[in-house]
Amino acid sequence: MAPIVSMTGIEKRFPGVHALKNVQFDLEAGEVHALMGENGAGKSTLMKILSGIYSRDGGDLQIEGRSVSPDSPRAAQDLGIGIIHQELSLMNDLTVAQNIFIGREPRKSFGRLDEAALNAQTAEIFAPMNLTLDPKAPVGSLTIARQQMVEIAKALSYRSKVLIMDEPTAALNEAEIAELFVIIRRLRAEGVGIVYISHKMDELKRIADRVTVMRDGEYVGTVDAIATPINQIIAMMVGREVKDDPLDVPDLSQAEIALEVRGLSRGREIHDVSFSVRKGEILGFAGLMGAGRTEVARAIFGADLRDAGDIRVHGQAVPIASPSDAVRAGIGYLSEDRKHFGLATGMSLRDNIALASMHRFTRRGGALNDDAMRDAAQGYIRQLGIRTPSDTQEVRLLSGGNQQKVVIAKWLLRDCDILIFDEPTRGIDVGAKSEIYKLLEELAAQGKTIIVISSELPEIMRLSHRIAVMCEGRLTGILQGGTETTQEDIMKLATQREAAMQPTGT
Amino acid sequence: MTSATETKSKTLLSHLVDTGAHQKLLAFASLIALLIGFSIASPNFMQTSNMIAILQATSVNGVLAVAATLVIITGGIDLSVGTLMTFCAVIAGVVLTYAGMPLPLGVAAAIGAGAFCGLCSGTFVAKMKIPPFIATLGMMLILKGLSLVISGTRPIYFNDTPGFDQISRGSLIGEIIPALPIPNGVLILFLVALSASYILGRTVLGRYTFALGSNEEAVRLSGVNTDAWKMGIYALAGGICGIAGILIASRLNSAQPALGLGYELEAIAAVVIGGTSLSGGRGTILGTLIGALIMAVLTNGLRVLSVAQEWQTVVTGAIIILAVYADMVRRRQTN
Repeated sequence: MAPIVSMTGIEKRFPGVHALKNVQFDLEAGEVHALMGENGAGKSTLMKILSGIYSRDGGDLQIEGRSVSPDSPRAAQDLGIGIIHQELSLMNDLTVAQNIFIGREPRKSFGRLDEAALNAQTAEIFAPMNLTLDPKAPVGSLTIARQQMVEIAKALSYRSKVLIMDEPTAALNEAEIAELFVIIRRLRAEGVGIVYISHKMDELKRIADRVTVMRDGEYVGTVDAIATPINQIIAMMVGREVKDDPLDVPDLSQAEIALEVRGLSRGREIHDVSFSVRKGEILGFAGLMGAGRTEVARAIFGADLRDAGDIRVHGQAVPIASPSDAVRAGIGYLSEDRKHFGLATGMSLRDNIALASMHRFTRRGGALNDDAMRDAAQGYIRQLGIRTPSDTQEVRLLSGGNQQKVVIAKWLLRDCDILIFDEPTRGIDVGAKSEIYKLLEELAAQGKTIIVISSELPEIMRLSHRIAVMCEGRLTGILQGGTETTQEDIMKLATQREAAMQPTGT
Repeated sequence: MTSATETKSKTLLSHLVDTGAHQKLLAFASLIALLIGFSIASPNFMQTSNMIAILQATSVNGVLAVAATLVIITGGIDLSVGTLMTFCAVIAGVVLTYAGMPLPLGVAAAIGAGAFCGLCSGTFVAKMKIPPFIATLGMMLILKGLSLVISGTRPIYFNDTPGFDQISRGSLIGEIIPALPIPNGVLILFLVALSASYILGRTVLGRYTFALGSNEEAVRLSGVNTDAWKMGIYALAGGICGIAGILIASRLNSAQPALGLGYELEAIAAVVIGGTSLSGGRGTILGTLIGALIMAVLTNGLRVLSVAQEWQTVVTGAIIILAVYADMVRRRQTN
């Protein structure tokens, strides 16, 4: 039997870029086919061609053995191809059912809407998915995971035979991922072909049947997901073996305590969190999504006000009521969401690096010393190896890894010696990740105090000298870094709920 | 990367032109096209006296538009610039005509009142977190009412203050070069624009203005006291409205308390035609100046061609939509 989707020799050019070069991809009915590659490898472009958003410049696309050229998302839908984008595209103020049937609402005479039929048809779609969702609930009131289910239901309502999922787990926690995988497996059993785009290696092993790897717009190869070691897949992605140096935990028992937090509380998010970090130490914060790690970081940094808690920096109590207080005390916070909280992306690299330190470049009368700003920015471009044509380049044009380096440079220039990294490698390519890890280790070795918050356990274990674990707003334990601590140890603490709060039956 | 010499050799004027030049090419080309078009259509248009009339007409709206530009670059909007201008003119009238104080004091009072009102708007926006549209809408009405209350709804004349009308109508340049009787109002607009451009391009306040419009939360999380800077920008814009108040009072030789409403929309129109983004983070003073000139040329040109007043308004509206559409198209191409 012919595969549902067969793409061969696909070519795509954009002005100045040869985005896809002779790429092939095929998808069988009832399989989950993972599509892997670094950012910019061409995965999304390929899937946009399949889903009718882009037209191809060359090659052949066959659906169930028939050559087709869908020229719009609508045309692709009619061919049975549904796509769920990374950024959900739902209307928050409409109900679940209204969202699913947008543009093809059941109608009564004179253009009146048939809400009853709408809700009934939605329930019909949910039934085979085993999804218990109220069709009349406003989408905005649902969790991100549930919203994703709505997107899947919407795609299936077009009788899709092919479902493309672009990083569907990016915003989900462990329990929600498990829920999603149940649905994916059920769809697979019913013969839907699923293209699964993700950066998370462990998910591959759990959900995918085959893996196709792309690099720089070219097809690298297709391998069996279960039988192929992860290292080999990574090597295919980056074109070389990525080797991590083993973690070397230094003895810091004599080092000065740089940051001490006692009894930190904020609403229902943080309950009585106390810990300390020494100069030159890397303290990892592990926990499930929503455990309160980011909230702790934001409270220490003064981005959100805390209800209670003392913060001591180098032994001195500091009253932190705003980010500017924290910065004055030498604390810098690098948000997971660089685009929203870390960078003015429309401005130049130079301006972004100087953003926290403008007072240094101010002459009398408030005039800026642009030459000094340029020199400082160029110094950090060299020191941190930021790849950019010049210091006047707009930050939005840099890659994720280089954007992260710009934020690091901003805090280094501000003389911050306590740096809190929230998901430092989110959205950063595999190859650039190890570069960021090395950078963090160098900073610690220079005597900076580093706190790393990460949802990826391998990342926590790769970096941390000690590992603080949180669950539901409480600090459930601090583990020693290095080889004696296992992922299971961390997960045990991360799921250690407060006895009193534990519902019966779990 | 040795741009040191290049940077140093940049003069203030070239900076003003330089940052806007390639971005504002379109607006500038439209301005030239309009000038040529009207010259062909009517021989009276290209007369020196008519050109000076256009410049004179640009001065008040231009200064207000500069103030509006500053606020718009932060991602905000200021609807109160028009009535604030009137309020400042009335304050000048109170100080000069009612209290009989000397001229410089009246000017200082007008600018000070403007800066204070701007600071109030800034406080509403930054500290009380009221959306700029609402905060300045409220301020617009408050100031309109206060102008009428303070003046007793009657115009205040400046007949007792000799030289007051010369602030706008006199011509320092004309005294030096008689062939070029450019009114002082235009000179003041030029100086205001140059200063604002310098502040935007070369000072911390200016850099933060763009940064706030680009990503306010990122700026706050960089440890910058965003509230204070934002208030500073609104206060600066208010002070510039005070200058506009002096200009219009001088041109009319009176403070007209009923005037002012509608000026804010003309100012915002000039800003938008000049290519400044209403979503903040981008914009130039040069663009705003060109925008203000386009509006003045249009009004004047249509009047010279004896087009009815009503139709002039229709054309102005169409031009605004066209200008913003052209800017969108250009942006889509560069992205």
